[in-house]
Amino acid sequence: MRIVVLVKYVPDATGERSFAADGTVDRAAADGLLSELDEYAIEQALQIADEGDDVEVVAMTLGPDDAADAIKRSLQMGASAGIHINDEAVHGSDSLATSTVLAAAIAKAEPDLVVCGMASTDGAMGVVPAMIAERLGWPGLTFGATLSVSGDTVSIRRDGDVASQTIEASLPAVVSVTDQSGEARYPSMKGILAAKKKPVQHWALADLGVEPAIVGLAAASSTVLETTPRPPKEAGRIVPDSDGAGSAALVDFLSAGKYI
Amino acid sequence: MAEVLVVVEQLDGVVAKPTFELLTLARRLGDPVAVVLGAGADEAASALGQYGAGTVISVQDPAFEEFLVAPKAEALAQVVQSVQPAAVLLTSTLESKEIAARLAVRVGSGLITDATDVRSDGSTTQTVFAGNWSVTAQVRTGVPVITVKANSTAAEAAPVDAAVRELPVTISEASRTARIIKSEPKKASGRPELTEAAIVVSGGRGTGGDFGPVEALADALGAAVGASRAAVDSGWYPHSYQVGQTGKTVSPQLYIAAGISGAIQHRAGMQTSKAIVAINKDPEAPIFALADLGVVGDLHTVLPAVTAEITARKS
Ligand SMILES: Cc1cc2nc3c(=O)[nH]c(=O)nc-3n(C[C@H](O)[C@H](O)[C@H](O)COP(=O)(O)OP(=O)(O)OC[C@H]3O[C@@H](n4cnc5c(N)ncnc54)[C@H](O)[C@@H]3O)c2cc1C
Repeated sequence: MRIVVLVKYVPDATGERSFAADGTVDRAAADGLLSELDEYAIEQALQIADEGDDVEVVAMTLGPDDAADAIKRSLQMGASAGIHINDEAVHGSDSLATSTVLAAAIAKAEPDLVVCGMASTDGAMGVVPAMIAERLGWPGLTFGATLSVSGDTVSIRRDGDVASQTIEASLPAVVSVTDQSGEARYPSMKGILAAKKKPVQHWALADLGVEPAIVGLAAASSTVLETTPRPPKEAGRIVPDSDGAGSAALVDFLSAGKYI
Repeated sequence: MAEVLVVVEQLDGVVAKPTFELLTLARRLGDPVAVVLGAGADEAASALGQYGAGTVISVQDPAFEEFLVAPKAEALAQVVQSVQPAAVLLTSTLESKEIAARLAVRVGSGLITDATDVRSDGSTTQTVFAGNWSVTAQVRTGVPVITVKANSTAAEAAPVDAAVRELPVTISEASRTARIIKSEPKKASGRPELTEAAIVVSGGRGTGGDFGPVEALADALGAAVGASRAAVDSGWYPHSYQVGQTGKTVSPQLYIAAGISGAIQHRAGMQTSKAIVAINKDPEAPIFALADLGVVGDLHTVLPAVTAEITARKS
């Protein structure tokens, strides 16, 4: 069985994230790393590989040169190979174009299962897995808190607000998993050394038969008109709770705001 | 005037508050037309009419219950083909965002998710990077598909008579693949829905596992209860109450964080709250930088004292 895990290289959420002049995420402003939410996807794929015979886990990323780091980290964690889709024309692509490119790359890679994180930690839309499923015409099992594969059936548990559902489908399928699915493993020393020898393929749009004109900033189906940093919040009142002063201040606050 | 589709969130005909907010926003763009996917349109119609939906389109198919999301997206695409609306608005729930994503692919439209405002020209505001940036954007391809966060605007009534119209749809085999084989209903908390509540009281690791004081204050205020991921991961509170990047985004009038440090991923879910109060025993906790009022103290003393005072004032 071949599993493709989609991984994204994102600016570190704990750094100073901002926008470039063209309204795209400024990749130079903060250090990049593999989106933490994709580590859960890799973990789930690796668990399937640990339990099954002959399971290949391929980490696939779409991004510029430095996105190679996301592949590297995936390989260190235990993925067997990488595919890096890198093409200048892709810069500024929206979710629709991103899903077009990834769907074409998945069709070329011919996996039995695609595993994604629940959302990226930068764009955070959480829509690409569903879009890919829609484009490929494959079942989409999204936001799994658990993931299991048996024979050619994949199933997840999806914890919604009103119900907890079990969803099942036949392979091939697209799955996304949440951060409830279980801690991701750290790369071992052995994993880090082994990663250096693992194969990484490099694909461009031409390899996928995707027209450059339908992706990128110019083709985006929505435009960013303006980006503004939120003004820093005015310092509030800080009250130490000695002799009940804190709870009294809180009651006053609630009463002044007409919350009580 | 152009018609604007509003996808209704409802259960057994009881319409959720964010749908009224959507109808209010839709009126800026044109005439709102409500779409109910599944049973409940007749029961929901009069409430939808109160907020300006002159037409309620009822779409029903057993596949909606049997399969995950895809059939609803396919049905909605057919509604879009039939109505040719100026825009489609949905609430930013897990399911509706996914319907929106699949709809955008199907009809070749631009998609904007998690908007906090929609203006009459169709431009939207979103807050991104954990609430640190604000982005104005506009769809420029096809029928704009926009999901809007709950509590983004105040619902304003504009009563009209709502007529229910059935619209038949065909669901293809390709949409019938992710089968729901089991569904276990969750127990309702009896408190306001987290994303819709005017006040949210959240507890974190600082509760030490006892959410009693958090729940008691929430009940005294008529508030919803939230939790940090640390509290959820410790098994102290169910995941559906988690606030933050991988939980719910809330934007209440008042957010009270008790025993929560204020990590970036938590702030992502609550930073747009109108007022923020923090109770934390560490004066250096980052949450205080966001707080309109910060109380440096033990939540186990502060919360019960506040609850007792509110209860005393009420009686
Ligand atoms: C990819 C990713 C996604 C994440 N998503 C989320 C998310 O959606 N939501 C979320 O919340 N977190 C999320 N996190 C986790 C986040 O980084 C923090 O670990 C988490 O928010 C910490 O929770 P906390 O504030 O309750 O715990 P801590 O950071 O441990 O803080 C506990 C606080 O309680 C205070 N305290 C202790 N005892 C008391 C007392 N008796 N009285 C008053 N104060 C007390 C302490 O001073 C401290 O400030 C995510 C992390 C990652 C990597």
